[in-house]
Amino acid sequence: MTVQSEESVTVPTAPAVTDITVTRPGGLRVTARHLLIGAAVLVGLILPWMVQSFVMFQLTQVMIYGLAILGLNLLTGFNGQFSLGHSAFYGIGAYTAAILMSRYDMNYALTLPAAGGVCFIVGFLFGLPALRLQGLYLALATFALAIAMPQILKFHPLEGLTGGVQGLVVIQPDPPALLSFLSSDQWLYYFTLSVILVMFAAAANLVRSRTGRAIMAIRDHPIAAAATGINTAVYKTLTFGVSALYTGVAGALGALAVAFVAPDSFSFLLSVSFLVGLVIGGVGSIPGCLFGGLFVLYVPNIAESISTGLAGAIYGAILLLVIFVMPSGAAGFCRYAVAYIRRSRTPRNANQH
Amino acid sequence: MIKLSRRSILAAAPAALALRVYPACAKDYGPGVTDTEIKIGNTVPYSGPASPYGTIGKAQAAYYKMINDKGGINGRKINFISYDDAYSPPKAVEQVRKLVEQDQVLFVESPLGTPTNSAIWAYMNQKKVPQLFVATGATKWNDPKGHPWTMGWQPNYQSEGRIYATYILKEKPEAKIGVLFQNDDFGKDYLKGLKDGLGEKNAKMVAVEGPYETTDPTVDSQIVSMKSAGCDVFVNCGTPKFAAQGIRKAAEIGWKPLHVLSSVGNSVGAALKPAGLDNSKDIVSDFYLKDPTDTAWKDDQGYKDWVAFMDKYYPEGDKTDGGNITGYSQAQTAVQVLTQCGDNLTRENVMKQAANLKDFVLPMCLPGIKLNTSPTDFAPMKQVQMGRFDGTRWQLFGSLIAGAVEHT
Repeated sequence: MTVQSEESVTVPTAPAVTDITVTRPGGLRVTARHLLIGAAVLVGLILPWMVQSFVMFQLTQVMIYGLAILGLNLLTGFNGQFSLGHSAFYGIGAYTAAILMSRYDMNYALTLPAAGGVCFIVGFLFGLPALRLQGLYLALATFALAIAMPQILKFHPLEGLTGGVQGLVVIQPDPPALLSFLSSDQWLYYFTLSVILVMFAAAANLVRSRTGRAIMAIRDHPIAAAATGINTAVYKTLTFGVSALYTGVAGALGALAVAFVAPDSFSFLLSVSFLVGLVIGGVGSIPGCLFGGLFVLYVPNIAESISTGLAGAIYGAILLLVIFVMPSGAAGFCRYAVAYIRRSRTPRNANQH
Repeated sequence: MIKLSRRSILAAAPAALALRVYPACAKDYGPGVTDTEIKIGNTVPYSGPASPYGTIGKAQAAYYKMINDKGGINGRKINFISYDDAYSPPKAVEQVRKLVEQDQVLFVESPLGTPTNSAIWAYMNQKKVPQLFVATGATKWNDPKGHPWTMGWQPNYQSEGRIYATYILKEKPEAKIGVLFQNDDFGKDYLKGLKDGLGEKNAKMVAVEGPYETTDPTVDSQIVSMKSAGCDVFVNCGTPKFAAQGIRKAAEIGWKPLHVLSSVGNSVGAALKPAGLDNSKDIVSDFYLKDPTDTAWKDDQGYKDWVAFMDKYYPEGDKTDGGNITGYSQAQTAVQVLTQCGDNLTRENVMKQAANLKDFVLPMCLPGIKLNTSPTDFAPMKQVQMGRFDGTRWQLFGSLIAGAVEHT
């Protein structure tokens, strides 16, 4: 009984608890974490040499979805603002990259900052009216954005740019001359991996910084945050912009990976999958986003392989099961697991002393 | 007694030799083929906004099951692998790559949807994997030079537009035409076909072009402007919802033109009933498949076979849904290609045989419709028949009309 009540108290303040545990055992915990990240990166580097090019393509997409979910996580998980409109930012990023490449022959690597920049501006501007909206109302406003996006992309006057319903075909990038021994799938994988590493590291730094603390303070107690001198309006709109930037870069990478963009790719359902990935991965967890990406890409396939006719129902059942088993997402599950192992160790240590 | 002369033995020797050598040479397998199996890939939206089309995939799977129960094709069973693409282009790319790279299918048959097929178009042609009988009517699939691994199936929208032009020139040579069309590839394909069919001389016959956006709430203003411009022919190329709005509005304002409705919007259930069956009387449209709800086919052998098939292999399928006829007929076309391939089951030969359909008859197509392809013609179905709505059902009239259009 006491254990349960303890847990229910620690749930909302989970990040804070880990902060304390990080500082207590000194360097050991931090190096363990670093080792884990290093091992993950190593696995990421080796994988393309062990799997088929099709699986590589899937893993590239997992990373891309993970990045898009990270964008949503910065907004929802860390800043507490809801969004059902991230498919729109993903679409804007994808279209920015596709238009720049197919109409203006821009280098594919340069389209990423361009897509990120455009999305930052759009996200920032959308963040301004969003200041007046909270919770469900903000969710509705962003929902409108998601609904509007595919139709805007089909809109007749823009057709010269967007290609209308027909979409735009993008030429998949070839590896640079120095790395010409890589296949184009492998190159795309490594290219995505390096972008992801930079973006995830940047996000981790942002969250740990003074700015990050301000962002989270606004989530936890906006009035208290304002009282301590945080300019909530600026931070909220900036977070919206940064969040859109992350999702936009993911969209641009997605355009490269699929080599095609069309309005129907960026429907409202995509926003819902991002939200599912966010909750499954863990709200407010950065590595959890990649787990969210895995879930978004693979679980529909697993459901379909069990039964084509009942794929939707099986997907729902898996989703429910995962939420029951891991109510605070994969990240929360890991935290519980670590805490559980520690707790079971502590009494033994106490006996020895 | 059979007398064997030296000459006849000499003549027979090479033939016998050829017979013995022939199977060994001709047994040529591409990916996905063994002595007992042929793998065919497919993607269809089983989920998402276009999931009603999912039944097309299920009908195909059921048809291949029937083929397998009857011993397969040349002793090989069909392994039909169909994945859900949710009508999403990225998902279609993922699933098709899985089919090609992981499942190693011989070819991909009847993937559905214009955006999804556009997304895999370049990939299939780059990998040289046949993308056969795509389930969309866009004209661009008939492009043997630019995309030699992709082939259409149904009559394309431009050729339908031409057929309407031929019909109008015959019925009303002095017509003033108003055209309602969706402002995208699909609608513009119709408009282009119509104008091409009228020819330069008659291009000015199109008096009012009434494009609509899928976002428009109604098409009232387009219809009103056609009437006030004095149009006496109304070519209605809307999807069912907009087609119905057009029919209803024309009746409301008392406009009685010669009303030509495109095959996309000619469903009795989805368009004519909502518009009002009385309002829909005397509309003409074009058809290529037998309408399962039309009692005229109840004694037709092709229809009876189809019903027997549905009862045994796909009993949960809806027998009033035309999608089940589409899937059935598409699978039959693929089976014909494989039969023509014999033991030479490479991707090259599949494409070669797909481009070598000669007067192939599908039992659920309207009588007389024949599928023909050649290395320079990737549009298998070109003929349609006109029908007039009598207030309860479509009455076919006239003979078959053909009008193939190539991608330019």
